[in-house]
Amino acid sequence: MDDPSTLETYDWAIVLLVYGLPVLGLIFFGFIGAHVEKKHYASIRAREAATARLPIMASRTLESGRTVAEARLVVAEVMISHDYFKRFLAQLRNFFGGRIRSYDTLMDRARREALLRLKEQSPGASIIANLRLETVCISTQRKNAIVGVSIVAYGTAIRYV
Amino acid sequence: MTPPVLNDIVLTNLETVPGRQIVEHYGLVSGSTVRAKHVGRDIAASLKNLVGGELRGYTELLQEARKESTERMVAQARALGANAVVNIRYSTSSVAQGAAELYAYGTAVKIA
Repeated sequence: MDDPSTLETYDWAIVLLVYGLPVLGLIFFGFIGAHVEKKHYASIRAREAATARLPIMASRTLESGRTVAEARLVVAEVMISHDYFKRFLAQLRNFFGGRIRSYDTLMDRARREALLRLKEQSPGASIIANLRLETVCISTQRKNAIVGVSIVAYGTAIRYV
Repeated sequence: MTPPVLNDIVLTNLETVPGRQIVEHYGLVSGSTVRAKHVGRDIAASLKNLVGGELRGYTELLQEARKESTERMVAQARALGANAVVNIRYSTSSVAQGAAELYAYGTAVKIA
């Protein structure tokens, strides 16, 4: 009835499917993720250059001596996640210990994006004072699964007369 | 992404309102909200999670939570007769799976 050789190729097909698919996924999503990150960094750099004239400071007091026309709270949120490949690398790193490089760019992207959104919300402002950054963790159903990093940035946008 | 527009109440996270004088303190006002995303957003986020990048569903979740907690804080301040809230802080915690709490607090004051 059944030819044993066809069964064997069948087995190989299953082995390939079970082990090959995740590896393919890693490569595929790794490439897309790298592209997404590159594009995001390009956008961050361009917008940072465009808003370079609006400084953000972390101190609470203003010592400019200039008259303030308007002061208002500005808030910005962002949530960014990693691609599949980098998450896999991070998990490997987690096992052996040491610096997780792929997380550096994730945190960097999230914070810079949040600061940019803060600036984009403050058209006409001269300075943003008293910057605060808050990191939020939205846990998921699965344990240990870090979905991404979310940042809430807020400060007071000040416009001088 | 609109700022918390509350025309009659001035919000800052400084200790004073620059250019204005505080004439009266009313004390602490706060607002909190716990928000969870629905399953559809969860699925969309888990797909987006494969390629990385911004998870808009979660960003919106945070935004809504922040707006609501701010509004609650402002409602308290308004009830006290304040016209400004100074020294505002946001604090977050994850109380349950898939949910985030956003807590806003500040000092209600009257400015002249």
